[in-house]
This record gives sequence, structure tokens and C-alpha cells, in this order.
Amino acid sequence: MKSLEELKAIRERVQSSINIRNEGGADSTRVVVGMATCGIAAGARPVLAAFVDEVARRKLEHVMVTQTGCIGICRLEPVVEVYVPGQEKVTYVKMTADKVAKIVSDHIVNGKVVAEYTIGAAE
Amino acid sequence: MNMVRSHILVCGGTGCTSSGSQKIIKSLEAELKANGLDNEVKVIQTGCHGLCALGPIMIVYPEGSFYSRVTPDDVKEIVSEHILKGRIVKRLLYQETVQEGQIKSLNDTEFYAKQMRIALRNCGVINPENIDEYIATNGYEALGRVLTTMKPQEVIDIIKASGLRGRGGAGFPTGLKWQFAANQPAGKKYVLCNADEGDPGAFMDRSVLEGDPHAVIEAMTIAAYAIGSEQGYIYVRAEYPIAVARLKIAIKQAKEYGLLGKNIFNTGFNFDLEIRLGAGAFVCGEETALMTSIEGHRGEPRHRPPFPAVKGLFGVPTILNNVETYANIAQIILKGPEWFSSIGTEKSKGTKVFALVGKIKNTGLVEIPMGTTLREIIEEIGGGVPNGKKFKAAQTGGPSGGCIPASLMDTPIDYDNLIAIGSMMGSGGLIVMDEDTCMVDIAKFFLNFTVDESCGKCTACRIGTRRLYEMLEKITSGNATMDDISKMEELCYYIKENSLCALGQTAPNPVLSTLRYFRDEYEAHVRDKKCPAGVCKSLLSYEILPDKCKGCSACSKVCPAGAISGELKKPFVIDKSKCLKCGACIEKCKFGAIVKK
Repeated sequence: MKSLEELKAIRERVQSSINIRNEGGADSTRVVVGMATCGIAAGARPVLAAFVDEVARRKLEHVMVTQTGCIGICRLEPVVEVYVPGQEKVTYVKMTADKVAKIVSDHIVNGKVVAEYTIGAAE
Repeated sequence: MNMVRSHILVCGGTGCTSSGSQKIIKSLEAELKANGLDNEVKVIQTGCHGLCALGPIMIVYPEGSFYSRVTPDDVKEIVSEHILKGRIVKRLLYQETVQEGQIKSLNDTEFYAKQMRIALRNCGVINPENIDEYIATNGYEALGRVLTTMKPQEVIDIIKASGLRGRGGAGFPTGLKWQFAANQPAGKKYVLCNADEGDPGAFMDRSVLEGDPHAVIEAMTIAAYAIGSEQGYIYVRAEYPIAVARLKIAIKQAKEYGLLGKNIFNTGFNFDLEIRLGAGAFVCGEETALMTSIEGHRGEPRHRPPFPAVKGLFGVPTILNNVETYANIAQIILKGPEWFSSIGTEKSKGTKVFALVGKIKNTGLVEIPMGTTLREIIEEIGGGVPNGKKFKAAQTGGPSGGCIPASLMDTPIDYDNLIAIGSMMGSGGLIVMDEDTCMVDIAKFFLNFTVDESCGKCTACRIGTRRLYEMLEKITSGNATMDDISKMEELCYYIKENSLCALGQTAPNPVLSTLRYFRDEYEAHVRDKKCPAGVCKSLLSYEILPDKCKGCSACSKVCPAGAISGELKKPFVIDKSKCLKCGACIEKCKFGAIVKK
């Protein structure tokens, strides 16, 4: 170890992988992927993977990607719900891995809900 | 594709290892692999979480689900339900975290809410066998700042200003100790870590070493810079295999990163660290005996002064601090002495880790700010005394400490208050006793320990503790007179005054403190030949209550001495001359017809 910068580089490299262990708290955005049998069968797993990747790539520290069971609209799976603190939750349906990047950049980062992917647009 | 989406933390502390956490890790890894999840879910072995009573413990992130008492059979369900489908396995959750259908954060449970984790901050959070995780939680930042921006005296001034006192028991101000060693002329000096934790029931230092070994290494390096030393030793007992193994890994990793060795942080500062294993003699936790042992001699204390800071290991200036003391150092540097001294009481700053054991619901490891009352620790954090029994006393300080009665439960815990009430902080063992504990028997238990552990150098300790033990034996067997109690008290003071080291000086404390607060129990043993708690066998007799006995003969069948006889369906009787007082009959009787008197 030669300098504090070197130490900082290691810290930053590892920190992003350890952040998962902070329970986030009230100010973090939660991305919840439906991962019951119906969700997985419809392809929720790659969607979840894409969210984890995208969040890590952008180094978004206050975003927690997690999973939940079946919420009852199996025909619209994979379902993803995004909870931004202080706002109504947004439900995205018939998700694919390709749609993930847009949701992260438009909705989570810039605060603009991607209306065409939401449950309102699908119904 | 690197997409770890979940971390499963499994406790690998000694408590959880003994309840089978290694098996759980194995079956977890196998199960994840079988489900093709091994690339997206990471299993991490951590140090102690503190809630040992509920082990093995598992935490699943990002949800933060806290599973307790996990068995290898539960692993399949956790993987298939929680990891695969995202359905938290509620039946395994720590009950305290489930309230009205809502799942609370672990930090809001009573066990954790009142705690403040400084020394234990990384225990149960990071993987102790991975230096990167320590660095990610600001590890080695303090060392870097100290070496690159501070003078040794500045470091000492910070530690002094923080008010940190030694966590090994005596409570000597750490900064002052460093100052004494730094004031010695430059030359060879040593930095030692006392990890020879020997009090029965204490496992704080063990848990820090197992859960966060780098914190100790970093702090020792800082200490070395402050006093001008290039060599350190960690004296740890060989009975702590997990701690030793993790320390070795940690030292190796620190050397690979150049955080130990030559020219650390390119400042020209060198420091090397080695482990010395102790063979488990209690006296080797005493600083001079510890150094004698490192030097290769039989572990016996030597006279002070000269103090180790002047003439210590191999005759050169040496500082020796306890594991928990070191675990505070980096945080003090990073957050400042004002932060640290804002925690705690006037003369005792910061926090203290206690190993909470005995008759208590939440057995485990707790870290509380100084000044927390015993009542808060036992009733709130500890969850109280189980089975509806009444709290009788708490013992702190191990064989050197004393018993605190229920009437003093509201005393704020700090160094000075504990000494004032006849106990001491000690290294942090806290043994809770209920109404079924006999105080004379407890004193005898600790004396038995010191008799075994006395190194034999001083006559007062070697022979005195033995005689003291025999007097207690006389009392518990019902053969003592009231005169013996006062003789015993006299002997206590004699041993205290004539022993060289703290082992002998404090050995009579368990007797003195129980005499002080529970004299009536001693007198009941002597005068009435009764043990009020029903523990001392010689003073007990077992009887069958004729009106409750149904004459089922279950007791007579289980009695190993053939002391119970009778006719079926009529009350049985115990022949007291044959009875061994083993209690087997009481356990067997379904009607509660057998009583101890």
C-alpha cells in the first residue's frame, strides 16, 4: 500500500458490492421483481438480473433491487414495481430485460415514469 | 456476467459454529448450485452477531431478513422459497422482527435497539477473511491518515482526548499508557495485544478477533507509529482456533497489501506483527506474566514498577492493550476524540462489550454505551430472566469481580461505579443469576477457578485461595460456625494485601461481594444448616409429600441408590440415609409430589 488513493480505489471497488447489506432506509428506491412461479416462468429472472446489473453499472447507491412473490396478475408477468420514496408506486408489466435500461435511466434516475410499460398502458 | 443480487450472511462465530453453521454453509452452497443460483447469490461467513442464543443465524440481503435457529433441513426451503421466489420464510424469522404481520428491521428489535456498536461494528457485517471488505467499510483509512498526515504525538493526544480506558479490566487510560512508552528514549520497543481472555463465560475478545481481525491489526500499527515501535505480538490463547486462523489470514492479507511490513504507505514506517499462542493459563492475561510467557519462560507475574511502558518485553519499553481497546482506536481517529468522549459517562467514555450469559433469555454479545444501567441490559436487551424466575444478582468481572444484587440494578455501569459497589468492569463477562442460584456456591465456583489458576509464585495466593476454598466447602457442607465467616473475611483481606499481581489481589472479591450483599445466605448455611436456593447438596433433603403421591413407583424405578420404596398406589418414602440427592426422582415425578428442603 503506497497511498491513501490506492486504499480509496480498493474501497470504491468493493463498496458497491457491499452496499447490498445496507437495509437502505427511508430514502432508498426499491425495485421489486415478482419472482413467484408465474413470474419466473414468464422470464422474471433475466429481468431481475438486468436491474441488478444496470444499478451496479450506474453506481446507484440508494436503489435496492429485491424480489417478491405473486401479486395476483399472473397474466401480466413479469411484473416489476418501483417504489420511489414519497411517490405512488409504479407497476411495470410484461417486462423484459431490454426494457430495464430505460426504466432505470428515465424513471429511477430522472424521475420520469415510463408510461408505455406500466400496467395502465397494458390494460 | 457479474450480477450478485443477494448476499446471504451466515454467522461463523464460535457460538454459531458450535450450533452447526458450517454445515449450513455447506448445504446452502450445494443447494444454490443445484438451483443454478451460485453466480447470483453470494454466501458470506461473518463474525458474531451477538445473538448467540438464537444461533445459527442467517441474514439474507437486500431484504435484511434475519433467520434464527436455522437447521440444515431449513436450507432447502430458504433457497426455494426466499431466494428463488422471493417469499420470506416467516416461520424462521427472529420473532422479535415480526410484529402485527409487519417485518421490522433488526436494528429496531429490543436486543439491538439499545446497543451501540463501535468495537463490534463489523462483526456480523463483513467477511473477516476478506481484507477488501474491511477496507470497504473504511478500514485502514485511519492508519493511512495517521501515517501520512500526523505526528506520533498528535496520535497520542487524540487518544488521550478521547478518554479511552483499557477494556481489559483495570481501566487505565490508554493515551497515557502510550505516552509513557513514547517518552522513553528511541530504540527497540514493542506493541502487544492481550487476547488471552480467560474469565469463565467471557467471549468478547474472541468475537472481535473472529469477526473483525483487521481492526486489531490496524490499531496495533497505529500504536506502533505513536510510540516508535517496529514489532508487535498478539498473544492469543490456543483454545481459540477460529480466532487464531482468522488472525493468521488477516496478517497474511495485510502483508500482501503492504499494510504490514516495510515502508507502509510509502512513509518509511515499518511494522511487523506476529502471533504468540498461549497455553491457556489464566495468569497469562496479567500483563507482566504475559510478557514473561512471550519471552519463553513459565508465565509468572513480575514486580511493577518498572512498568511495561518503561521496561517490558525483553526489557524494553512495551505497550500492552486489550483486543477491545484496540477495536476502538481506528474509529476514534476517523471520527475524532470529541465524538468518542461524547459517549458514556464523565469518567468512562465510549462503549463496553459484555458477554451476556447465565440465566438470561438472549444469551449473547452486547455493546452498550457506558452509563447504561444493569436493568436495561438484563431486562430490555437481554430479554429478562427466563421461566418466570426472579432475578437475584449479576456477576461482572469474572473471578476478579463481584456480584451485584437486584437492589443495585439501576446503577449506571461504568468503571468507577462498579468498583464502588464492590465489583469491577473486568473484561466484560456478565453472568446473570436467578433465585435458584446459591451465592455461597457461586463464590465457591470462582474460588475453585482461582485455586486452579494461581501460578504459585506468592504464598498468600497459592495457599490462601486454597484455604479460602476449604472454608467455603465447610460452609456449604453445613459444618461451619459463625466464627468461620469472620475468619474467612480476615483471610480475604490478607490474600488481597499480600499478592503480587491482580490475580491474587482480586481472587477474594467473589467472596467479599457475596458476603456484603448476601450475608444472610451465608448465615443460613451456618446457623440453620439450610441452603435457601436449594443448591448445596449436603444441606438438602428430599421428601415425598404423602398427600400428593399416587404411588406410581416411577421414582423408585429411577432412583440409582434404591433409596425409595413403598407399596403400589400408596405413598412412597425416601430413605434419607441412602439418598444421593441427585434429583432424578423429582424430574420423573408427574405429580410434583417430591420436594427439596
